[in-house]
Amino acid sequence: MSAALRVRGLHKAYDSPVLCGLDLDVEAGTLVTLLGPSGCGKTTLLRLVAGFDRADAGSIEVAGALVEGPGCHVPPERRRVAVVPQEGALFPHLSVAANVGFGLPRAERTAARTDQALELVGLAGLGRRMPHELSGGQQQRVAVARALAPGPSLVLLDEPFSALDAGLRAQVRSEVRASLQAAGATAVLVTHDQQEALSVADVVAVVRDGLVVQAGAPWDVYAHPADLGVATFVGEAVVLAGEASGDRVLSALGSLVLEARGLHGAVDLVVRPEQLEVDPAGLDTVAATVEDRVFYGHDALLRLRLSDGTSVTARTPGAALAAPGSQVRLGCRGGVVAFAR
Amino acid sequence: MPTAILEPPLRSDPPAAAPQTGRARSRPPLLLVVPAVATAVVALLPLVYLVLRAFQRGPDVVADVLLRERTAMVLVRSLTMAVAVTTACLLLGVALAWLTTRADLPLRRGWIVVAALPLAVPTYVAAFAWLSLVPDLAGGHGFGAFVVLTTCSYPYVLLPVAAALRRADPAGEEVARSLGLTAWQAFCRVTLPQLRPALAAGGLLVALYVLSDFGAVSIMRFDAFTRVIYTSYGSSFDRTPAAVLGLLLIAVTFVLVWLEGRSRGRASYSRLGQGGARTAPLVRLGRGRLPAVGLLAAVAAVTLGVPAWALVYWTAIGTSPDTDWSQLVGAAGTSLGVAALGALATTALAIPVGVLAARRTGRLPRLLERASYLGHALPGIVVALAMVFLALTLVPGLYQRLPVLLLAYVVLFLPLAVGAVHASTAQSPPGLEEVARSAGSGPVEVLRRVTLPLAAPGVAAGAALVFLTCMKELPATLVLRPIGTDTLATRLWTETGVADYAAAAPFAAALVLLAAVPTFLLTRRAGR
Repeated sequence: MSAALRVRGLHKAYDSPVLCGLDLDVEAGTLVTLLGPSGCGKTTLLRLVAGFDRADAGSIEVAGALVEGPGCHVPPERRRVAVVPQEGALFPHLSVAANVGFGLPRAERTAARTDQALELVGLAGLGRRMPHELSGGQQQRVAVARALAPGPSLVLLDEPFSALDAGLRAQVRSEVRASLQAAGATAVLVTHDQQEALSVADVVAVVRDGLVVQAGAPWDVYAHPADLGVATFVGEAVVLAGEASGDRVLSALGSLVLEARGLHGAVDLVVRPEQLEVDPAGLDTVAATVEDRVFYGHDALLRLRLSDGTSVTARTPGAALAAPGSQVRLGCRGGVVAFAR
Repeated sequence: MPTAILEPPLRSDPPAAAPQTGRARSRPPLLLVVPAVATAVVALLPLVYLVLRAFQRGPDVVADVLLRERTAMVLVRSLTMAVAVTTACLLLGVALAWLTTRADLPLRRGWIVVAALPLAVPTYVAAFAWLSLVPDLAGGHGFGAFVVLTTCSYPYVLLPVAAALRRADPAGEEVARSLGLTAWQAFCRVTLPQLRPALAAGGLLVALYVLSDFGAVSIMRFDAFTRVIYTSYGSSFDRTPAAVLGLLLIAVTFVLVWLEGRSRGRASYSRLGQGGARTAPLVRLGRGRLPAVGLLAAVAAVTLGVPAWALVYWTAIGTSPDTDWSQLVGAAGTSLGVAALGALATTALAIPVGVLAARRTGRLPRLLERASYLGHALPGIVVALAMVFLALTLVPGLYQRLPVLLLAYVVLFLPLAVGAVHASTAQSPPGLEEVARSAGSGPVEVLRRVTLPLAAPGVAAGAALVFLTCMKELPATLVLRPIGTDTLATRLWTETGVADYAAAAPFAAALVLLAAVPTFLLTRRAGR
């Protein structure tokens, strides 16, 4: 597989540094999500890749060709990098078909071509509508069709689902992902929503302080975070103090199995709420008091206080909730990740 | 309705780290920069040339003109008139704005239109009307000029104040009432302070309008700056005094603009917090309804009824079956043609400046826009004077030819067109242009396929406004019109000057009717 995007040592400062030597590789045909808190530099990265801003230092290659580097700045229109901005940004003065055909050479702006692109996003037959006659989710899919139509080397999506309401978001997300896959497109999607990042990506790249701190398959990043920051940002986490001794760690939850061996001394260990089970069979347990519960339907979150006063969160099946104040036994299933203090 | 702006539209401050704003930081395309710079130079040219001309014969001559007793008299007279008219307009404007936005008047929406309508009446038409009915109004006492200027310019206060009243969150007044203030106290301590920026801006517009008005003061024979400059220019072979007086007038207007800028202070007048503001519930006038309607009707009778009656009366007298209509048709044709060309030239030159200002950060675009806004503070008679000097020096063959007149229109009305282009361009998110770039369009193609089509309705409205303003313009047209041609405005002025009101009336009526069309279109657009 070849690299569709290769970013090396990218620096960019506005009033303060935003990107500080960022590296990123995106293989052709994959969907990479850039996950990070707002202000971490992910949108800036996107703007530099698209060519809307100039980098202070570092290089960007798209499909093997240098587009940004010392003394080199290829203008956006010659990069073959398509963008899908937040809220779609369809041209309000053009019909859906004209929007989709916008990036095509004049000779290719045919109904057949635009219909084909619309079909890809499941909106065949809507070409004559105007943008304001579409729902928010439909507008977003037209924006994707517009980006895909000229067959770009790379598609950049900047928080494309943030303007949609929660119910619609998951649906549009999976539709867009399917269209990108059907087109065989390479895409980079920026988001601050970890659920979104984990659910659509082939590769999740976690961005923090202007650097990619970890990139990998979603499960890998979730199960083997590179550091405590990634662990708490990607997914919910209970962080406890512990004392490691090779393959086990002693903490307020008792003696737990370490995922990675060889750690000794004081550590921070990370337990995912779904690892904690109330009154489990076949696990070592400790005593805990239920303090509070939040019911979500499919499951529930219990806040429990351990005997030494530590507060932890457990995700449990929704049925048969223990009432606040009741005494339970708490066990931890599977290995835990720990980081030396 | 004229956009009442004296400065480039306020933009939100650029955020600290601003990757999301999407305002391009790369170099702006030369295709925009070169014409924009040329436009700014054109806008600055008259002022520069006026300075050169005034000081041509040395600073002693300038000092001599400035220190004459007559100059001091003109200054005092003009300022007194400006203060008197502005005060009257502030009182009238606030009262009418409150009544039409906050009170339960019968036919309230109709009264809003009627109250704003005098804006469409040129001062020289109103002056002609009043003078033809009450000849004693003319003269150095200035009462006629005061009446005409007040009735024609109070909408400059009414419109921004009414807009501010509609925007003001009624929650503030309600809190004040709940804290024990009476309705009147709440208005004075909560609402009125919120109106301060609107009052300052409206008051400034009226003051500038009074200082630069030529039609009313010259027909009413009141020796304010503009009239003295015109007579000095026309009667004497030495034109240095006219140039010096023109500069002095510009200096006065600049001081006013500066004062208004300072008066805004540092307080923030925008609403804090999220969510849409409610509109205030209408105040029940109860027994006060009749006097309120009476006031509005009286104002309408004075501002609209008098000119309308005079026009009808004198037109009826002035036309007979054997009237020669060819002069009227000819003048109307000239008015329309010259105004159309003026609007075309002004809008074309405004596009590069407006687009750059809306889309680019940095010093150059802001500087170019500032330069193009200069026309707001330049009285028409002064620009005309500068253009005469300019043409006579640089290209004598063009003196009293159409291009020079069009250039004067450009200088005077560029702010209107640039404001329209800037505002309509800024309305569409810059993200659209970035998407277009990514889709393979170069900067020029983006301008053609995205930026301009999106801005087109706003730009067209701006052009219509310039067209309307050109058609009503008097002093520059009077001085610079090609020899032997007359527009409706200049014919009206000439006939009124010799007290031939019956001959003047058809020209005035034609002007009002023709100006009504673009005014109607613009109001309908604003109403949407």
